[in-house]
Amino acid sequence: MTSNVLRFTTAGNVDDGKSTLIGRLLVETQGAFEDQIEGAKRENERRGGKGIDFSLLTDGLKAEREQGITIDVAYRYFATPKRKFIIADAPGHEQYTRNLVTSASNSDLAVILIDARNGIMTQSRRHTFIAHLLGIRHFIVAINKMDLVDFRRERYEEIKQDFETFISRLGGGAETYCIPISALKGDHVTESSEHMSWYTGPKMLELLESIEVDDAAHKLPFRFAVQLVSRPPASPEFPDFRGYMGRVASGSVKVGDRIVVLPSGAQSSVTGIVTRDGRIDEAFARQSVTLTIADDLDISRGDIIATEERPPTARTYFKATLCWMNERKLRLNHRYVLRHTTKTVRAIINEIDHRLNVNTLERESPVSELQTNDIGQVRIKTLQPVVCDPYVVNRQTGGFIILDENNDTVAAGMIQD
Amino acid sequence: MVGREFERVRTAQCALGKEIVMKQEWTHLRELESESIYILRETVAQFRNPVLLYSIGKDSSVLVHLARKAFYPGPLPFPFLHVDTGYKFKEMIEFRDRFCKEIGVRLIVHRNEDAIAAGAHPLKLGVARCCGQLKTAALLHALDKYQFDAAIGGARREEERSRAKERVFSLRDAFGQWDPRRQRPELWSLYSGAIAEGESMRVFPLSNWTERDIWQYILQEKIPVVPLYYARERLVVQRNGTLIPADDAMHLKDGEVPVKMSVRFRTLGCAPCTGAVASCATTLEEIAEETDSAKISERSTRIIDHGANTMEDKKREGYF
Repeated sequence: MTSNVLRFTTAGNVDDGKSTLIGRLLVETQGAFEDQIEGAKRENERRGGKGIDFSLLTDGLKAEREQGITIDVAYRYFATPKRKFIIADAPGHEQYTRNLVTSASNSDLAVILIDARNGIMTQSRRHTFIAHLLGIRHFIVAINKMDLVDFRRERYEEIKQDFETFISRLGGGAETYCIPISALKGDHVTESSEHMSWYTGPKMLELLESIEVDDAAHKLPFRFAVQLVSRPPASPEFPDFRGYMGRVASGSVKVGDRIVVLPSGAQSSVTGIVTRDGRIDEAFARQSVTLTIADDLDISRGDIIATEERPPTARTYFKATLCWMNERKLRLNHRYVLRHTTKTVRAIINEIDHRLNVNTLERESPVSELQTNDIGQVRIKTLQPVVCDPYVVNRQTGGFIILDENNDTVAAGMIQD
Repeated sequence: MVGREFERVRTAQCALGKEIVMKQEWTHLRELESESIYILRETVAQFRNPVLLYSIGKDSSVLVHLARKAFYPGPLPFPFLHVDTGYKFKEMIEFRDRFCKEIGVRLIVHRNEDAIAAGAHPLKLGVARCCGQLKTAALLHALDKYQFDAAIGGARREEERSRAKERVFSLRDAFGQWDPRRQRPELWSLYSGAIAEGESMRVFPLSNWTERDIWQYILQEKIPVVPLYYARERLVVQRNGTLIPADDAMHLKDGEVPVKMSVRFRTLGCAPCTGAVASCATTLEEIAEETDSAKISERSTRIIDHGANTMEDKKREGYF
């Protein structure tokens, strides 16, 4: 199944033309309206600028416009007849790790912007590394400002080579597509370029429309986290209904399939897949449905229904990569709350194995703490079992968040083997 | 109308015990639908006393449709709350009462009676203060009165730029206020509903929908909407480039002369503050088509978004 929705994140340094690129994509696909564009123009002129500053179109909050910075992840939308696009736009500086981790967690593709004059900088590597860490395996490298390097092919090839060398070090079989563009002039964004006849590949928008991203979730074994148990009052059609509501996290399930409920380990089979539009015989990844099963088992919110053949594991102790997101730093052996799929459990972090230097990719140890925007490998112990897969295999059953006693989300985590 | 027809056929088939086995193509609308259903179920699972903020508009219509799908075959597990300013179009109120009765939901209508009795009107108080009293204060009062800990709304990130940064689960403090700096990061499909005493959550299941998606979905699912969305001849006046309905003389300024035009509404709010757009779209197909080629944003017809007091300020005060 090809997805008709592409969720992607955009990352780049300050001044590399990210806002210009997004602004152009929005304007040229009618994802921004004339009154919004006019508003951005007026605001720019009021502040002494000229023409349209696309960042005024994308920066939503007063503080951002006043300070000329982007604080938070912003979501933007546009569509073409082929696809709907959801952009999670992460700012390049303040709170970069936290914001990029957040935007990458729900994206299947990352657009990395590189200024052709500067080539790959530390920040480009950092952004790529974080997106890759969060499981993104499709990268569009937009080599921007080609007009400022006279549209030279050698410069493009050089940067392309550098990027490919870098990403191969990260492993994991990422696919990379490099495009020489000028976001400001519009070369290779939605239009072709008169200046770079040497480039025969697709334009940015064509690439976004055509990249296949979501094979992974469909090919994986069936996983389904129970959100709620449905026990409606008796009706002629449903005299004694008991169903399990949830969204298929990965794989697919058919009526008649053998399933296992975890952590209890009880086994049964699927007798029905109920939706308000009628019963269906098979449900696929990302579909919200209600399942009925053959046996009367004790199943509640937080349980995982999975295929009997390749079930996930229930664990109370595991290694994880943690991205710390809060000003209050990590406290070892402190009681935290961990949320994973639809399950909430008590957890403590007993050990920090190392911290990753996101600029050099080196592991630093020993370390005694993780601070905001730090990434490290830790050991976590939970009071109740967490039914999971390694994050590199399954993002939906491998990712978790950590809450502190103030209910703040202080960290995002990815379960390792 | 069509919606009800569709409903009857489906129920009849079910009553006969026929299984409707269907294969659906996985379109972007199915993906959005599925995500919204997931969010609605998370809300019911994580909160003690949720409510759906029913504003009668197209987004509310879609939200209700999704909620019915989410909890099928069970009933809707939360009541509806309508904050009535007293200035809603009469077609809206008629639609509300008929629709809520038809689907059998508990509807709570809440009004700031003191402000209404004192004659609050946008021409008298100014739009910002009028909205503050009749909408924001009334909403916060109702949430407090019924002790709702989660309020589900139909706002979309695409609508307005401060909403582009809004979370799906948006935390409000004990005064119902929004602090963009205190919002939590939202990763994967993990929406955290953890709140402290007095705090509450606004939940936005339609966050990722655009106006185009909404109309395409209404068309696909044959969802009933208020007739004001369809074009017909109506009396309007031109005010600051906006077409204001002129059915009621009290909403007119001195010297304004109403004219008859074929118009429709892209968004629905209070009669004195909601602009119409010139349009000949009289069917859902035509509306969806018109939305596809729209050059101006839908919020441009809402006077509340104009002027110095922005949506961001209103959200901070407790507005949606």
